[in-house]
Amino acid sequence: MKDTIRSLDVARIRQDFPALNERVHGRPLVFLDSAASSQKPIQVLSALDQAYRTSYANVHRGVYYNSERTTDLYDQAREKITRFIGAPAPENVVFVRNATEALNLVAYSYGRHFLQAGDEIVLTELEHHANFVPWQVLARERGIRLKFIPLTPQGTLDLARLDELLTPRVKLVTFAHVSNVLGTITDPRPVIERAHAVGAKVVVDGCQAAPHMPVDVQALDCDFYALSGHKMLGPTGIGVLYGKTDVLEAMPPFMTGGDMISSVTFDSVTWNEIPVKFEAGTPAFVEAIALGAAVDYLAALGMDAVRAHEREVVAYAIERLTEVPGATIIGPTDPDIRGGALTFTIKDIHPHDLGTLLDREGVAIRAGHHCAQPLHVRLGLPATARASFYIYTELREIDALIEAIYKAKHTLRK
Amino acid sequence: MEDLYRENLLDHYENPRHHGTLEHADISHEESNPLCGDRIRIDVKLSEDGSRIAEIAFSGDGCIISQASASMLMDEVDCKPIGEVQKLERQDVLDMVGAPLTAARVKCAMLGLKVLKAGLYQYLVDHQK
Repeated sequence: MKDTIRSLDVARIRQDFPALNERVHGRPLVFLDSAASSQKPIQVLSALDQAYRTSYANVHRGVYYNSERTTDLYDQAREKITRFIGAPAPENVVFVRNATEALNLVAYSYGRHFLQAGDEIVLTELEHHANFVPWQVLARERGIRLKFIPLTPQGTLDLARLDELLTPRVKLVTFAHVSNVLGTITDPRPVIERAHAVGAKVVVDGCQAAPHMPVDVQALDCDFYALSGHKMLGPTGIGVLYGKTDVLEAMPPFMTGGDMISSVTFDSVTWNEIPVKFEAGTPAFVEAIALGAAVDYLAALGMDAVRAHEREVVAYAIERLTEVPGATIIGPTDPDIRGGALTFTIKDIHPHDLGTLLDREGVAIRAGHHCAQPLHVRLGLPATARASFYIYTELREIDALIEAIYKAKHTLRK
Repeated sequence: MEDLYRENLLDHYENPRHHGTLEHADISHEESNPLCGDRIRIDVKLSEDGSRIAEIAFSGDGCIISQASASMLMDEVDCKPIGEVQKLERQDVLDMVGAPLTAARVKCAMLGLKVLKAGLYQYLVDHQK
């Protein structure tokens, strides 16, 4: 076991996460599934509790104290997220349920309004279903062609193939900033530059990036950026779609109803301004306020420190897993280009059996195709195991993982 | 949970009973669980009057729970009347496995029974007058 990491005071951080003190099957919980959803600090839990417990009222339109106070907190949360992702203004931050809804919003609103038969969309072989199926559905509906950036044997995007894919017919390019399976970190800048050169808009799925590293959407110059709050210490049911002002303004609403209209008569309607145009109905404002608290928590740690910590954890996990006979790491083994998710297989042990056996030791990992079936087909694997890390992950938990894997191998005589 | 991967289950996984395929089977059916890649095929030869299972075999690949529970199922249904096999339920398979399964893993254990019942059902539909 190595010394604790200097980049973050993990022991101090862990005190903020009550769920990490739980025991599973009589053993201390070793939670290694933060890529699916992170644990929540007391600061976020308190924000939820406070918002419901004190001065609770629906946002907007209320002319009384509670409504104005809650609206104010809601607006502040949007401003915090604006700063956190480097967006130019709060109007560029649309609240949605999660990244899935953000990506669907773009596919339905932008896709169906601006793309037509014969156009092309470029995506990648490693996408999560959430950044795959909405485009597949759009493509079938409109006669649009999908083209895929292939993977190198190392599990990175083969960007040498990008120029041949980027024909003038390409209207949209989309990719995961960090892969939820391979952990691959793709530098978005060069892809975005080259896509813009042929006039395509760029959608970045930032679900596995925004919680784990600094993100500056203006520096990236992407047209859209999607993220989920629950993967970055926030509650479920709240996510963000960032969009450039001109693009958001040109798009029709995704859903219609209350709040998103400016005026309605019996035979006409005028849409409200962005971002509210895309936020029909009562929003998840309590969750948004709590996401603001989550973003405060991360910003106080510093996203460079968060990334440095995870880089060290993933480097250690790669080193330890490499020692295990029969273990194969899926995706890059260079921690500089690998986010905090380590996917692997153990020879002759199905990932589900491994997951069940590890659970007995209190070690929570994920097993399956991680909502990336096309990628698993490409890899020739029906399922894989994934251990994923976050700000509260300690190196001793990697040791616990490795020990549990050895124990599983022993139990199954592999 | 402690007892799940015990000797009996591992023995069925490592030495599956009635493993393989049958030529000239009356029933051949295969299904997979796309979520985890478990796949099971079951071949059945029926007795001359078609009332019972005369010979049965399974093949496939996947996790220990799916393959071992299919092997246990083969032992259970071999030579049994079709009527009895049709009555087998989820709990019967869980009893065969004999250790608690989490909800996610119950699906793995049920694949063999699902394949057998679907194959039988299709046979009966095809052969009813």
